[in-house]
Order: sequence, then structure tokens, then C-alpha cells
Amino acid sequence: MSLWVDKHRPKSLDALSYHPELSTRLSSLAASGDFPHLLVYGPSGAGKKTRIVATLKELYGPGVNKIKIDSRVFVTPSNRKLEFNVVSSIYHMEITPSDMGNNDRIIIQELLKEVAQTQQVDLSAKQRFKVVVINEADSLTRDAQAALRRTMEKYSPNLRLILLANSTSNIIAPIRSRTLLVRVAAPSYDDISSILFAVAKKERVALPPALAERIALESGRNLRRALLTLESLYAQNDSLAPDTQIPTPDWEVVVTSIADDLIKDHSAPALLKIRAKFYDLLAHCIPADLVLKTLVFKLLAKVDAELKPEVVYWAAFYEHRIHMGSKVIFHLEAFAAKFMRIYEIYLQAMMDN
Amino acid sequence: MSNFFSKKASSSSKSASETRPPREVPWVEKYRPKSLDDISSQDHAVQVLKRTILSSNLPHMLFYGPPGTGKTSTILALANQLFGPDLARTRVLELNASDERGISIVREKIKNFARSTVSNPTAAQRAAFPCPPYKLIILDEADSMTQDAQSALRRTMETYSRITRFCLICNYVTRIIDPLASRCSKFRFKPLDTGDAIVRIKDICEKENVVYEEGVVEAILRAADGDLRKAITLLQSASKLHGSSSSSSAPLDADADADADSMDIDSPSTTVTVRSIEEIAGRVPSSIITSLITTASPTSSSSFSEHFSALQTAVENVILDGWSAAQLLVQIHDELVFSDEYDGTAKNSIVAAISETDKRLLDGSDEHLTILDLLVKVSGILRKSS
Repeated sequence: MSLWVDKHRPKSLDALSYHPELSTRLSSLAASGDFPHLLVYGPSGAGKKTRIVATLKELYGPGVNKIKIDSRVFVTPSNRKLEFNVVSSIYHMEITPSDMGNNDRIIIQELLKEVAQTQQVDLSAKQRFKVVVINEADSLTRDAQAALRRTMEKYSPNLRLILLANSTSNIIAPIRSRTLLVRVAAPSYDDISSILFAVAKKERVALPPALAERIALESGRNLRRALLTLESLYAQNDSLAPDTQIPTPDWEVVVTSIADDLIKDHSAPALLKIRAKFYDLLAHCIPADLVLKTLVFKLLAKVDAELKPEVVYWAAFYEHRIHMGSKVIFHLEAFAAKFMRIYEIYLQAMMDN
Repeated sequence: MSNFFSKKASSSSKSASETRPPREVPWVEKYRPKSLDDISSQDHAVQVLKRTILSSNLPHMLFYGPPGTGKTSTILALANQLFGPDLARTRVLELNASDERGISIVREKIKNFARSTVSNPTAAQRAAFPCPPYKLIILDEADSMTQDAQSALRRTMETYSRITRFCLICNYVTRIIDPLASRCSKFRFKPLDTGDAIVRIKDICEKENVVYEEGVVEAILRAADGDLRKAITLLQSASKLHGSSSSSSAPLDADADADADSMDIDSPSTTVTVRSIEEIAGRVPSSIITSLITTASPTSSSSFSEHFSALQTAVENVILDGWSAAQLLVQIHDELVFSDEYDGTAKNSIVAAISETDKRLLDGSDEHLTILDLLVKVSGILRKSS
């Protein structure tokens, strides 16, 4: 029993339902025999990975679906041993080097060179190169990206890279200039609801149109999230009605309560309470930038328009600090305190008028 | 076409591809300049280097400049012309960021190579190439070497300067420590002239039988920003997108007729359009940029709160459509700064806001929030100035 998301994942390029132009482009690239390095970018849940897997299938045939997981050991120059998981088929290899944090450069250097220096053994293979898929390429360190540069050129007869990223902003220019950029936009709300219908039909679930629309809206154009929501709703309820409650994730409930507290009470004890909630979220491994971002958009919905630019300004300011600083709680708390202050000043000014 | 392939096979130097039938290589590699004369736009560097071939005396060199301006190509071509393909194998050591280049490598590998004696050229090689009596160590992407590794090079460069020349290549000359920089003669590689780049691109189009519509070459160069490698990659991708839709998608066999197959595929039958170039280059369509800026500009008709929520939705849509924030930033900058509608003060503040945003994006801030912040700031600035 697999999740619906995986069960109904399109396996080939023809089966992909939205962005038809993109699918034709990918299939014509796969057919051309000379496949470039790709940099696939787009928001999460837009179908980047699905498209790549389908493209690989188009390139090599069904053999790419037979995958195995290897655990490899690398030794750093300082003699530390690193274990690293590699997902591979006989034609391609999939790695997530950012798992290794600062040691990702070694993986890139050793692993890619090893792949690149061996030729395709299988003479009946459709392509003579191997493909290496690099997940989360935007969190590769600068060093690792620099290590990619010459490798991409030098070993291009044996090796093609597909980089997956959420955004190209963190990819260094030399890499961008060596790859073909492929943008995968998030599906529109209509796309999502039609896919929800298709899945529901295959699973023989009666899905009211109003509910499908609400799930699509709730998902924020993230198809994976929409499908997971649908499945959990189906599991929790006997039958799906147009007004079935869509449960919000626990962490979002907490963030909403933080937003309410921030609006209501502007005192030091309140800040202490909020701090406890922030700690709670962080202890549950909710990333700090996600907390801050969600909080801001909740606050923006609650405050007056005149105050919004200032809220956005400080949110962006502290979000930046979260990435630069070492301890995130300081910056979350600082944002909470800052918000209380600007809100208080704003209320005072209103009173005086 | 066929003579082109044979020419390529004969001139391909280091790779082992001579023994195998040629396979599809990226055009960037295929059209890498083979001699100094082929290098476009870098007149100054090429002139100096040509003189060194004649006098067979080479200083240590430091090449710097933006990506895609021909730094690596120049030194490879120079090495080829100095030593010829066979001798180059023993005389040239090329290390780049994909190789381990910590301090231990500098101490061992580089030092050992630097102090080994110069190999003797055969009579034939001596006749064909100058074969000067020194070795060449190319440190590509030297700006990604650590400070320690760079300082370990200092004395090595001097001690063995009789038999070894270094060539450092980097994008940012500021990341090379001063003691190293002062030991080298510096060559700045400037972004390519549009004229030279056009000639190059058109030349490749002709050789690869790319059919293109009016303005495509200009569009490619606009998207590439003086980066010839990017331009060529773009051209190849575009021609592939347009070419293969008509050619048969027969699987390539691994035997010798791959050669013939690749030629079929290389001859596209549809024309490359400007639109597809922009799409491939990842440029945001200008309609999206204009609509973003219009939404950010103050209007008298709607209230402030409507204005703000419109802006919020617009940003959300742009981000969810997957447009890269960095690219958005560049194009918003161009649109606002080169526009005649705003006065100098407004532009000053806008540029300040953009620079702050750029820094934040580079530090890995959330794109959605950062771009929203920028547009809110821009909107505030525009309201104040109007």
C-alpha cells in the first residue's frame, strides 16, 4: 500500500497532466540523443522530480525504475569517514549531497569523477552517458558548486547532470551558464482540482467539487500537499462532503495562536509565553524561516494596511538575520518584540488622533 | 559536415576519443578555440601571449574575468601551441576546483611536478612546436583555493621558476592573495564584444546548420550578458528543441553508426525563434515585470489596503510560477533604473533597496518574503516621489 501521491505519480512524460509544452520540450530533448546538463527549478510540489524520473525513463527505458540503495563511505582529507547513501540504477544515480553539510564537496569530487571515468558498460543501453541527479542543488556549498564546474565540461561524454533546485538564486553563475534552465511552475488551482478528481475517480472516492476546490486553495498550489490532504481526509472521514473540515497542521495552529497573542497583548510576560511557543515549534523541527514566514502572512491578514509595509520590512530583515545568525530563537523573538513595538506605536498614534 | 567531423577527430588532443567514433559533445567543447588566433575579443592578452610564443619566454600568469570570456580556452590553446598535443601530456599539469587542492596537494603533487626535470621533445615535436624548456601548471578556478594552499604556493613558484611556469585562472582577482598576484603578470579578460560574439555565434550556426529567425542571435547575446559559453549552450539547447521534433527519435546504437545518427540530428529543420531563446535562458517575460511594477506603482483609484493586497497576490503568483528571484531582481532593476518616469532621488532609493535585497537573496533568505519586501519598499518610494 503506497501513498496516493506515489501510487498515482505519472510514470512517463505523456502521462503528465499539466505544462504540456514543458513535457514536449523534455521529450524532444530526450529524443535528440545529445542531452544537455539540466537545471530544473521551481517551487516544491510542482512536479520537478516526477518530470525528471519520467524523462529518465524516456531516455533509457524501464530499466531506470529498478533502483537500489548503496551506502558508500568517503574519507575526508582529515581522515574522517563519511557515510553517504546513493540511490542508483544501472543508468543513473541520484544523490543528495547537501545531506553532508560542509563535506558535500568531497562527494561531488569523488563520486562524480568515479561515475564519469567509467563508461556505460551495457552496450545495448540507449544512451552512452550516465545521468547523475543532484537533489537540493541550491543548498550545495560554494566549494561543491565550484567543484562541479570543470567536471561538467571535462567528463561530458560520459556524464550528464540534472540539478534540482527550488530557485536558481543560490546557484553560482558558472553553473547556470553550463546548464539548460528548465522552469517548472506550480500547477494552477484548476490543474490541482482536476488532478484531485482524476485520483479520486481511480480510487473510487466520491469527491464533491466544492471540497476539491477548497483543498486546492488550501494547498497553496502545492500538488503533493493537496494529494496528501485528500488522502488524509479520506482516511479520517467516512464520506467526503462539500463542507468537510480540512484539518490544519498542528504547527500552523501554534503559529496562528502566536499571531493572535501578538495582536492582543504587548507586554513582557506575553513575550515570554510566545517564546515558549517558538521553542515548542523549533523543538518539533519546524524550520525557523518557515515559522517566521507563516507568522508574517498570518499577521498581515490581521493588521491595518498602513502597518503592513513596516511588518513586511521587519520580517524580511529578521528572516535575513535567521540565515546569517547562529541561534534562530533570538531572531524569532526579536521579530515578535519588534512587532509588538510597532503595533503599540501605531495604536498610540491612532489614539492621539 | 563530414569533413568537419574528421577534422575534429584529428585535432582532439588529450581525450581518448581518437580511438572511438566521435560522439555528441557539447558545442562549447567542440568549438573551443584550438589556437590563439581563434580567440575572439581578448586582443590584449592574445597579443602578449603570441609574443611569448615567439620568444619562448613566459611569465607566471594570472587570468581573471567574468565567466565565459575565454580564460581556460586561452591557456589551453597556448599550451597546445607551445607544446603540441603529445608533449603537452608530460609538460602540462591542469588542476581545477574539481580536484582536491588542499595544502597537502600543493605540497606534494604540485611541488613534485614543479621540480621534476623537463622532458625532452622528439625531433618531430621540436620541428612542429616551439617546445620551450619549461613545464606549465594551470590552476583553474584558483579563487576557490584556500588561503593556506595559496600561501604554500608562494615559494614553490619562485624556487622552480627556471623550469616551471604557473598560470592561475580565476573570476575574482580579489580572492587571490597579494603575494601570489604580485608574482604573476595579470591579464584581464573583458566581457566579449557584441560584434565578435555575433560573428562567433553565426559561424557556429552555419557549421551546425541551425536555421534561425531574425533577431535570434541578438536575443541570445542579450540573455548571455557577454558570456560566450552561455550563449553557445543556449544556441545548442534551442536548436535541439527545434530540431529534434521533426527528426526521428530512433534510439542511438552504441556502434559506429552513431556518427551518422548524430549528423541527422544535428541538422534541424525548424527555425529557432526569439521566444524559445528567452524561455530557455530563464528570462522572465517582460510582461510579468511590467505588471509587477504597475501593481507596485501607486494608483489613485484604489485604496491603500486594496493596493497592498493586490501586490501581495502578484508576488505570490510570480514566486509560485517558479521564476527565479535573482533573475526577477535583475530585470526589475533594469526596468526601473532605465525608465524615464522616475527622478534621481527615487532611483537612488530604489537602487539602495535592490542592493539590500540582492545581498539577502545571496545569503539564502526566503525569496517570497524578500521580493515582497522589495516591492513594498519600491511602492513606498514611488508614492513619496509622486
